[in-house]
Amino acid sequence: MFQQIGEILVLGWQTLGRWRLLWRQRGKIAEQLFEIGNASLLMSCVLSLFIGGVLALQSGPVLAERGLASAIGQLVGLSMCKELAPVMMSILIAGRIGSAMAAEIGSMKVYQEIDALRTMNIDPIAYLVLPRLTAVSVALPLLVVFSILVGWLGGALVAAFNHEIGVPMAVYFSNLKQAVDSADVFNALFKSSVFALAVGLVSCQQGLSTIGGPRGIGRSVTKAVVNSIVLILVLDYFLTRMLLYLD
Amino acid sequence: MTTVLESMNGVRLEVSGLWRSFGERLVIQGVSFRVDPGEIFVLMGPSGSGKSVLLKHLIGLEEPDGGEIRIENRSIQNPAVRSQYRLAMVFQSGALLSSLTVSQNVGLYLREHRIQPAKEIEQIVRHSLALVGLQGVEDQYPAELSGGMIKRAAIARALVVNPQLILYDEPTSELDPLMAAKVGDEIEKLNRRRGVTSVVVTHDRELAFRIADRIAVIQEGRILRIGAPPEIRDDPDPFLQKFLLAGGNPPQKPNHNSL
Repeated sequence: MFQQIGEILVLGWQTLGRWRLLWRQRGKIAEQLFEIGNASLLMSCVLSLFIGGVLALQSGPVLAERGLASAIGQLVGLSMCKELAPVMMSILIAGRIGSAMAAEIGSMKVYQEIDALRTMNIDPIAYLVLPRLTAVSVALPLLVVFSILVGWLGGALVAAFNHEIGVPMAVYFSNLKQAVDSADVFNALFKSSVFALAVGLVSCQQGLSTIGGPRGIGRSVTKAVVNSIVLILVLDYFLTRMLLYLD
Repeated sequence: MTTVLESMNGVRLEVSGLWRSFGERLVIQGVSFRVDPGEIFVLMGPSGSGKSVLLKHLIGLEEPDGGEIRIENRSIQNPAVRSQYRLAMVFQSGALLSSLTVSQNVGLYLREHRIQPAKEIEQIVRHSLALVGLQGVEDQYPAELSGGMIKRAAIARALVVNPQLILYDEPTSELDPLMAAKVGDEIEKLNRRRGVTSVVVTHDRELAFRIADRIAVIQEGRILRIGAPPEIRDDPDPFLQKFLLAGGNPPQKPNHNSL
């Protein structure tokens, strides 16, 4: 495990050292961004809508019983912003994009395509890792903002149309606006940026260390997803502690 | 068109006392040989004898445990030296990037290193594909090509580097005899026309005896013999005779004056 953490850190450092090549790799970054958006946007929309909805559905009747139904906007707003959107979107990206990264780079490793790049003096980190890491670091925070908005909408719809809650949308959003400020959105962006780096680095590192043919690729994909999710949840705890402390 | 594809530019390669092991297993054991500029040097041996691992060392994809590889008397283990020479390798599988089309694969080196403007790259790619007799497949992906076409596209990709040294790993494996002969012809033609130093790893005796200037036979990571094709063919060593006669008599090297 420690060796793998070390390899991830080294890969991160090596990728950072190639930041000057970002402009040269802009075409590949755009390709990756399109791929991430294409693969995740609809799924994140459905996921966020239902997460917001379920949150309102579970908490709404309990709050309404105690005469606090109007606080539902606050609850959904903060939960989506501070925790659910960054974590759920990062897990979604780990599953959909991290697995694809590990599989693609892993198969390139197994089928000697990375060796071929090296024989042409093409740096595999600049060619493969830098565009992916940049794209996921840009796409995930954007996806999280999108997810927060859709999640809020999901909560609003359930709050308005569920007869046990019955909070009008205007009241819901007014309450939400009072509770959520820009620092909460910044928290979400900060967390998701860190998670994006974690998913990108873990997945690329797993891909680059793939050995042993198709079974090896399968193993790398599984490890990339599982390790990314574990890392997201562990990092989430420490980032939350840090952000609470800074608050 | 004056392209990077036309020059005569072979280099001298020297391997001395090369050792490499993976765990307990010694794969290369004190291998030494020399390849002269413009020579076709064939490394032959049974499967698992260390040929492909040796080839990867020659282009810096593997680091040896001991010994040295020198190109024009400079150590190839130093990446700075390696980057000063134009080296290319044709992998056993072709190793074309599956996400790129044939023309994107062939032009990859020029595009990534910004050696030529896009328009010229396009011309060079077409010229290079024409040299290996592969026209009309520019926009196809590797998955849409036959094994022979992939091998030839890989050779075309190696050619745009304008290599001084080109390494071929089992260039005729998994090919039918006709296609294998065609790939062999391409290797020989390119070498004779452009004077590129070529190292070919194969266990295809037919190919080895047809194209080689010299052959080295490897057995269990050691060089058993090095010599011209007739010397190898007539060597009385029992292993060599068994290896060479396994599928009938080894073929004669044809006369190259006709090329």
